[in-house]
Amino acid sequence: MQITHGLVMTGVALGATFALAAPASAQTMNVSVTIPRLTVAEYHRPYVAIWLEKEGAAARTLSVWYDYDMRNGEGTKWLRDVRQWWRVSGRSMSFPADGVSGATRAPGEQKIALTPGKGPLGAMSPGTYTLVVEAAREVGGRELVRLPFAWPPKPGSMVKAKGSTELGAITLGFGK
Amino acid sequence: MKKTYLIATALAALLLSGTAQAHRQWLLPSATTLSGKDSWVTVDAAVSNDLFYFEHFPMRTDGISVTQPDGSEGRLENASTGKYRSTFDVHLTQPGTYRIASASTGVMGSYTLNGKQERLPRGTTKANLAAAVPAGATNIQTTEASNRNEIFVTLGAPTTSIFKPVGAGIELVPITHPNDLVSGEAATFQFLLDGKPAAGLKVTVIPGGIRYRDALGQIDLTTDKEGKLAVTWPQPGMYWLNASVGGGREGGPGDPGAQGSQAAGGNGPLQRRASYITTLEVLAP
Repeated sequence: MQITHGLVMTGVALGATFALAAPASAQTMNVSVTIPRLTVAEYHRPYVAIWLEKEGAAARTLSVWYDYDMRNGEGTKWLRDVRQWWRVSGRSMSFPADGVSGATRAPGEQKIALTPGKGPLGAMSPGTYTLVVEAAREVGGRELVRLPFAWPPKPGSMVKAKGSTELGAITLGFGK
Repeated sequence: MKKTYLIATALAALLLSGTAQAHRQWLLPSATTLSGKDSWVTVDAAVSNDLFYFEHFPMRTDGISVTQPDGSEGRLENASTGKYRSTFDVHLTQPGTYRIASASTGVMGSYTLNGKQERLPRGTTKANLAAAVPAGATNIQTTEASNRNEIFVTLGAPTTSIFKPVGAGIELVPITHPNDLVSGEAATFQFLLDGKPAAGLKVTVIPGGIRYRDALGQIDLTTDKEGKLAVTWPQPGMYWLNASVGGGREGGPGDPGAQGSQAAGGNGPLQRRASYITTLEVLAP
């Protein structure tokens, strides 16, 4: 929890700083992921991976919410169940991953902010990207939602998508 | 003549289908794609008709070996053999791809000595064959058989260090890694026979879960001149893959038609048989 909160704070703060110096790279990416409240007999918070794809480039993992603080790293055993992310990026990473790992999150709207040139997002060259959010829940289902967008974006623009089972509304906003 | 031919064909078909359907040997891992620094797989090993249901005979575990990603030998833990299946665990402690295999090459056969037919002892190989056949033996019939039944499991990212061919029997060379299979995508494998590309090799792929469907869903493939084939997986799940040459069935190097039959009373040439089995897990996209 602390790790990811730290990431949010840093992202916002740096975004604001960079807005003055270099407008082109000042676009922060604000990702909002709604984890649905489910009425099931046995509920566990989902493992969620958020990553960025660009044709011809390696996928960039931006955030992974999982049971990162279990004894002997036992929470990593189920990372492979976030299976598409595991294939494109996760399996070649080691965990915990600095600036990427965070605790699982409760149902409701969860937010992260990312700044180009900083942290897991890295440099953003112009082009077409897809933000991918994948959720897999213990004794539950799995769902993946894709949000395509162009970089650089129009400031203030927003991309929206919605999951149907394991994910609710997902928005990707671009702010200064 | 025609009638006899028909009966013979029917009988042959019956025998072939009987052999092809019965007694499929398999190793079934609890998972093929694993995460974490340290993980375990449990493997079921059995010989059965339906895939993958243990309903006939257990596979012995004493011939099964584990090769770790760095090439060193791993071990089977908690092995036990029951009425219908054997089971064992493998502790994965290195990142990369492991091989769990039962592979053997040996010579089987018979000879006639003093009017009595004798079988070659177990453990006969090409190297000690001359010593295994006593002086004065006639009608020597021999077949060298290489059997390989193997599975692959990967902790973390797939690696290819364990795929160095040994040059005996049928072997799989990954073009697509066997632990990176997704339904709807084509996977390409190369097959070798005694270290050389196995051109024209007949390969059968059958999805598991046979018990709960009417159609077998068998996919029949033949390798090209480089020993390669491509298969597109129709759905996620566990698949059984089998290839064999020899035994007079496939037109391979052990086919009597290809090498000349062993005349009664004479000593036949060393026939060649080889079989390959693997279980592949195909994940949903």
